[in-house]
Amino acid sequence: MTNEKEQVRIATRQSYGEALKELGSQVDNLVVLDADLANATKTCLFRDAFPERHIDCGIAEANMMDVAAGLSTTGLVPFASTFAMFAAGRAFEQIRNTIGYPHLNVKIGATHGGLSVGEDGASHQCLEDIALMRTIPQMTIFCPVDDPEARAMVKAAYALDGPVYMRFSRQATPIVHGDDYQFESGHGEILRKGKDIAIVSTGILSAEALAACDLLAEHGIEATLIHMGTIKPLDEELLVDTARDVKGFVTVEEHNIIGGLGDAVCDTLSEHHPLLIKRLGVRDVFGHSGPGKALLHECGLDAQGIAWSIEKWMDLHPDIFQLTAGGFKTTGN
Amino acid sequence: MDVIRKQTLERLAIMTREGILRSVYGAKAGHPGGSLSAADVLTYLYFDQMKIDPLNPRWKDRDRFVLSKGHTAPALYSVLALRGYFPQRDLPTLRHIDSYLQGHPNMNTVPGVDMSTGSLGQGLSTGAGMALGLKLQGKDENVYVMVGDGEIEEGQIWEAVLFAHQFQLDHLCVIVDVNGLQLDGPTETIMDTYPIADKFRSFGWNVKVIDGHDFSSIEEGFDDFEAHRHSRKPTVLLARTIKGKGISYMENRVEWHGKAPNEEQFNQGMAELALARERLEAMHA
Repeated sequence: MTNEKEQVRIATRQSYGEALKELGSQVDNLVVLDADLANATKTCLFRDAFPERHIDCGIAEANMMDVAAGLSTTGLVPFASTFAMFAAGRAFEQIRNTIGYPHLNVKIGATHGGLSVGEDGASHQCLEDIALMRTIPQMTIFCPVDDPEARAMVKAAYALDGPVYMRFSRQATPIVHGDDYQFESGHGEILRKGKDIAIVSTGILSAEALAACDLLAEHGIEATLIHMGTIKPLDEELLVDTARDVKGFVTVEEHNIIGGLGDAVCDTLSEHHPLLIKRLGVRDVFGHSGPGKALLHECGLDAQGIAWSIEKWMDLHPDIFQLTAGGFKTTGN
Repeated sequence: MDVIRKQTLERLAIMTREGILRSVYGAKAGHPGGSLSAADVLTYLYFDQMKIDPLNPRWKDRDRFVLSKGHTAPALYSVLALRGYFPQRDLPTLRHIDSYLQGHPNMNTVPGVDMSTGSLGQGLSTGAGMALGLKLQGKDENVYVMVGDGEIEEGQIWEAVLFAHQFQLDHLCVIVDVNGLQLDGPTETIMDTYPIADKFRSFGWNVKVIDGHDFSSIEEGFDDFEAHRHSRKPTVLLARTIKGKGISYMENRVEWHGKAPNEEQFNQGMAELALARERLEAMHA
């Protein structure tokens, strides 16, 4: 990671649109659907390049999902695009019954996931989509941290046979990955190694979690950071292996703490390697209008907030994490 | 319509109804009323109208059919079995725990089923998607979708009606099984969807009203669809039907929406269908 890279900020919805356009020039059977949000989901980039393969369904998301299901049975690979709220939320039952149940080859590009949607307020800040999509058997769920990963996920989704839900963000965020980045579907990615605790994060908050690790290190806490780009199927092996080496886990996501990545990690570790887990996310409340960055700060989901919450949490468990004058030290070796 | 052809179709329709009765009797559950009202149109589709190959259910160049009113799966299964997609002897396993004949159509377990349905209001959108997919790939196949007259209370139906018009899907033919009854009672008293023809016309569709139990009228309906094949308008056939048609004690009785006959009722129903077959044969002997 270079300083120059750090300054570049790209919204993953932009990456989605650009990746579709790039993929569209390579394959003929890719079609893109939208529900009158092409300029916001950035499928307009694909539309301008391949107007005959861009299907604007108007403001009718339920119909769009099932049209995509029908299209997929004719050999086309549809990417159905709208805001996460109206994809996973409004059209949940269409996705569940007519895409998930028949296991059709439909890709759902859900932009504007999470609190960082910002000014549009609670009606548009989807904090439930990961929970909803996780409950659909054999649904693959991707949630990228940055531009290179988002682009790679679009290609990976196309290559997969079956339904994929991709969660993208509205606001421009830093680049975490280098030019040589290779996305591996179904595998968590270790962004940092530390012996005290492990943080598991997803989406754009992995960049905040990475910065939080630096703040923690200043206080003597060495954290492992796993970026979980694929939320389902979850990389259980990596979680369990990591749990053997640390005293506690922290999960970080731009989602209600009910049903999201945190719960998925708790499900896995409580079955295979129980240990103390702190879930950071939106604590079962609705959001409100405001700049995305400020909203994340308010919920303690920026780097400072994440680091502060982790230190407080460790402080509450002196039996597990031992405080010394110089900072935290884990007990034993 | 040619007399021999009509008689053949009528005989096949009786056999479709026998299969429906055997299915729901075997299942001790299911939806006979709306299956029997749809039986004639489905028989016509699978024996006369559609370009299909029962030995190659996933043939790429086939016409497609979506049973949007998925709860009437017994009718679809019966006609598919009769057409040779799978053995008729399997019909009574409908809804059994070890059967591939799921309570609602499953495209991954039942040969010949082009789309999984069951949740009302969704099948028309999938049919529109199929039609658009074929059109985008320069293919010439037709897509047929059957919906119920109660089902069109679902808002998504009208999203799809707008969509099919917008994308000029003139190779999409929708059949509304207008039997006038839904689970809770007469459609007019539960949620009045009439006048259906005017609604579709105002959405820019080609509309034709047919008698869904008269093969001459059914043929005229599909001929009208074919005549409008390049009109840029999707076609809807409003098939006037009788819920429970062919089984005297079920006809126009709302309580037969979703229950199976007992042994006595089953025997009576099969006897009525046998009699209908004999009459038909005597008439044309």
